[in-house]
Amino acid sequence: MGKTTAEKIFDEHLVDEPFPGSKVLRLDVVMCHEITTPIAIADLMSRGKDRVFDNSKIKAVIDHVTPSKDSKTATQAKILRDWARRQGIKDFFDVGANGVCHALFPEKGFIRPGYTVIMGDSHTCTHGAFGAFAAGVGTTDLEVGILKGVCAFREPKTIRINLSGKIPKGVFAKDIILYVIGQLGVNGATDCVLEFRGPVVDGMTMDSRMTLSNMAIEAGGTSGICMPDMVTVDYLWPFIEKDYISKAAALEDFRKWWSDDDAVYEKVLDFDVSDLVPLVTYGYKPDLVKPVTELEGTIVDQVYVGSCTNGRLEDLRVAASILKGKKIAPNVRGILSPATPKVFQEAISEGIIDIFMEAGFCVTNPTCGACLGMSTGVLAEGEVCAATTNRNFAGRMGKGGVVHLMSPACSAATAIEGKIADPRKYLP
Amino acid sequence: MKRFGGPVLFLDRDDINTDEIIPARYLTEITKGDLKPYILEDLKLTGFDPKGPKTKEARVIVSRANFGCGSSREHAPWVLEVNGITAVIAESFARIFRQNMFNCGMAAIELPKDKIDKIFHYAECSDASIEIDIEGQQIIVKGSGSEEKFQLDMSPFDKALVMAGGWVDYADRNY
Repeated sequence: MGKTTAEKIFDEHLVDEPFPGSKVLRLDVVMCHEITTPIAIADLMSRGKDRVFDNSKIKAVIDHVTPSKDSKTATQAKILRDWARRQGIKDFFDVGANGVCHALFPEKGFIRPGYTVIMGDSHTCTHGAFGAFAAGVGTTDLEVGILKGVCAFREPKTIRINLSGKIPKGVFAKDIILYVIGQLGVNGATDCVLEFRGPVVDGMTMDSRMTLSNMAIEAGGTSGICMPDMVTVDYLWPFIEKDYISKAAALEDFRKWWSDDDAVYEKVLDFDVSDLVPLVTYGYKPDLVKPVTELEGTIVDQVYVGSCTNGRLEDLRVAASILKGKKIAPNVRGILSPATPKVFQEAISEGIIDIFMEAGFCVTNPTCGACLGMSTGVLAEGEVCAATTNRNFAGRMGKGGVVHLMSPACSAATAIEGKIADPRKYLP
Repeated sequence: MKRFGGPVLFLDRDDINTDEIIPARYLTEITKGDLKPYILEDLKLTGFDPKGPKTKEARVIVSRANFGCGSSREHAPWVLEVNGITAVIAESFARIFRQNMFNCGMAAIELPKDKIDKIFHYAECSDASIEIDIEGQQIIVKGSGSEEKFQLDMSPFDKALVMAGGWVDYADRNY
């Protein structure tokens, strides 16, 4: 009987199975940010165990509120910063070098196919786009990961999502994943891994695949996995060049992580994307999605482009292609937060930042900030935001605020009109 | 070992998320105790008052499907813990929240929908309480003079974590 990617990774990393189905895995990467890590550090210190299992496998970033906005967030940043220095964590990213963790860490080449990755952040599932098992965990799992380099999981089942057909105009990875979540429901993938397969995924860039994998958690999924192919090899090549004689050799090696043809799935779902339309969420759960045409005209107060879902270069490019030469509506505050310094710099050199600024957008430094209502774009009571983020929970971007999730293209069209708008009329 | 049980807070809705349990604006607190006043602050449910006496007295929450969905923030179980709530009984949980509960030595107990429906009958009782006997694998629900018992099925690993007082102690002993 064949195995899924997740099962292969579990087998390869198994340290212990204390009870049937409960597996303790060896970790390849433990990632840390300043919101969920400080309490783990404090607890380790109080236990007299202020140490790390392997400082080369720990990556840390200050990203949720940065630069710090007040003394509490400054204290959180300081705890992480002091700890990173004390433990000799060389991959630590502070102001000037920091960006949204799930965009920054892939860009730094920290993830490989077959890896086990945890972080105290639910959107850690993003890194599964590289053929890794990457899962969001709480502070206690993170603490044990930091100290022991292990984490326990119930062995997940895998739901295979086959995506076929031709992606229509105005439809992007974000629309596809919103559609999948709408079909699965917010707990349709609990204790499962989502495996994204098929020609649509094969044709996607890593940026798009990360958008898919990023939102696996919104269906309750533990990780969102794509098969590592030549697109993955090309993306990682600067980091793996020394390990392989050729890209073909790297691809050959990565292939071992592919799910076997006779692997057993919890469920196999086939979706043809050919008839999809741009989608927008309504209400307070990410599985509540409607075609943009049904929500067109909904007045918005703010448009936010950024986050670990859609703050990468590809996202900024498509939004800029719509905004070019146009102004955003006077009732709208436009906020762009490029996800990483590299994205920011490339967006500057491609003229993307100019386009956004001439359209009337405010451009912030890379940060998670407004996505979870912590800084740089928090909503007031009753305000509505069109956002390229991942969660539309009540009050997510600020108490009493409403969030409509959508693609970067849809958000750009919405910014121009000041109300939810169909991006298709702005695209060639 | 820790005892679980006491007065019940009934939260009659699916998909109660971590942002409702503890909003992100309070994630800047760096001690668990400081989270205490903000429990369930953004949860809007008919008849529910996050600052009300029922919330204060509660030791157990009973809710519906997919409780604790959303963020990985362990602040969600912590804010329950510092308010004296150490067990949640629901039809199902989001994975990370459920694991966080056990990792803290708290109990996230899943019961089938028909059993949860039965427990919700006690929501009208002013004296509704629940005793959870982890070792005896039993839940006793009481209210208005009546009492009902339910079988408790907890995975052996989750049980071991509860008995060990959480994952840090368990892992420290074993790995």
